[in-house]
Amino acid sequence: MTKKVPRGSWVEIKKIVLEPGSRAPQVPEDTARVPLEMRIKGYLTSPAAKGDEVEIRTVIGNRYEGVLHDSDPSYDHKYGKPVPELITIGEELKQILSADGGE
Amino acid sequence: MMSANNYEELMARRNEIMKKAVGIDYEKFRKDELVFDYDKMMNEAGYDLDEVREIQKEAGVGRTPLLELENLTALARELAPPGKGARIFLKDEAANPSGSYKPRRASVSVYHAQKEGYPGVVAATSGNYGAAVASQANIRGLDSIIVQEVYDSAGRGQPEILEKGRKCEAYGAEVLQLTVGPELFYTFLQVLEDTGFFNASLYTPFGIAGVETLGYEIVDEIRKREGIEPAAVICTNAGGGNLTGTARGLKKAGAEKTRVIGASVDLSGLHMASDEDFNRKSFTTGHTGFGIPFATWPDRADVPINAARALRYMDRYLTVTQGEVFYITEALARLEGLERGPAGNTSLAPALSLAQELDKEEIIVVQETEYTGAGKHPISQLNFARGMGVEVKRGHPEEESPGENIIIPERPGQIEGIDLDLDSIRISYLEKAVEKSGITSVDQNYLDFLAREVNLKPDETRKLIEKNLDVELDL
Repeated sequence: MTKKVPRGSWVEIKKIVLEPGSRAPQVPEDTARVPLEMRIKGYLTSPAAKGDEVEIRTVIGNRYEGVLHDSDPSYDHKYGKPVPELITIGEELKQILSADGGE
Repeated sequence: MMSANNYEELMARRNEIMKKAVGIDYEKFRKDELVFDYDKMMNEAGYDLDEVREIQKEAGVGRTPLLELENLTALARELAPPGKGARIFLKDEAANPSGSYKPRRASVSVYHAQKEGYPGVVAATSGNYGAAVASQANIRGLDSIIVQEVYDSAGRGQPEILEKGRKCEAYGAEVLQLTVGPELFYTFLQVLEDTGFFNASLYTPFGIAGVETLGYEIVDEIRKREGIEPAAVICTNAGGGNLTGTARGLKKAGAEKTRVIGASVDLSGLHMASDEDFNRKSFTTGHTGFGIPFATWPDRADVPINAARALRYMDRYLTVTQGEVFYITEALARLEGLERGPAGNTSLAPALSLAQELDKEEIIVVQETEYTGAGKHPISQLNFARGMGVEVKRGHPEEESPGENIIIPERPGQIEGIDLDLDSIRISYLEKAVEKSGITSVDQNYLDFLAREVNLKPDETRKLIEKNLDVELDL
């Protein structure tokens, strides 16, 4: 049995705004092939499992319906590994500036 | 929320929805199918400089530090011929409440929305502007909704936009995050219609008036400190509002000789509405994918007449590569102790080469910075690019091909702002103006208007039209 996400949880829903056949006429072919989707975060108004049709209430009180996509949606964007192409730039520049003692 | 609407049906109601949501009757400023009174629109619909200064003072916006970049200036002088190497100054706009120059733009709209009794504000933006609107809305006790283009169809979010989405949420905005496509505007219209909120568009007279203080402060402070006026002010250019507002502020401060230079990251070859191209770029604003279409036809925005009209004010338009902006971002941190950007540093990259063209006694002002952090930082962007199969390496910026690779320059002397041909941009504007208005001949009245639009004398404009356009001249 799928575990239910309790009512009041902070969640993210997904909904399709436009299906592939109803995209704007000017979009390129690769975009026209896929739906326009929207994600919104808010409080779940009744218990549900991921993938269920649900309703949320947003921080400013609006209500939206969509498919429950995630609970406690996390911010995963990060820095990642150091970038070798950037690391040495500072020293290179300092060397240029100190080469003839500047002005 | 989100009443179901067919795309065409909703788009057909756009003017009616827009009018309610910005409260400006744009028809008042139109004279005929081509001409409108730009100055009247800016004067009557907007706020004057003193009012804007007061509004911004209340909201903690503006009067940011103007920093002299002595080490980058020294670097430019190492690379420049004798006697050349202008002093480079930087307006540290990251010091504004939400970390970019955008609160200048948001502050007036949010003030106006509150004054007119709107319950909240909506903005369609992928970026710093959303955070600025949300932050200003909090100061004035209004709700905010931000509509963003964030994900490709595989659900991969652009790290810079994910960060800016997080920031909007940190300010308590309701954030609607969309996949790629120009139909963001459709969702935006739907939100306006459903909520009755104010359209805090980037392109109203309010937004542009808000940026005028930036140009004004630059001139005022350089004059007080150095007794001269800047030879050039470089503005990152996307939709045109940053450049337009700054240039108007420079003029209001009486700096008639200061050259206004636009700068954009070169993203030529990438389609801005393409799902596949979306995550092959490292810059989500300040690039040619906005800069050129908006310069050649400003009236593609979310208001009937765009108050951001860069071509009216631009003296020169330079492009730089993504790799050059990452390089200069690193240089700014390592030589000047300022970790900012990268998108806000778009205009800093060509400042290094421009300084080498100008005399030592002259001053160049780079007019913005923005906050940085996970997602926005060059390290985040370059790791993301690598993950998308974009090659990252040191080399000559000329080798950069947007979407294929990012070339970090080997030496600072390789950084060079490349001039775009302003006349071809002007011709493109003139062609669109004729086409969209449906006029069949250009009389003196039309010529005078078009000349103002492209920042040339009527005679020069006439020559461009004669040589390049298929339209009669009736002078």
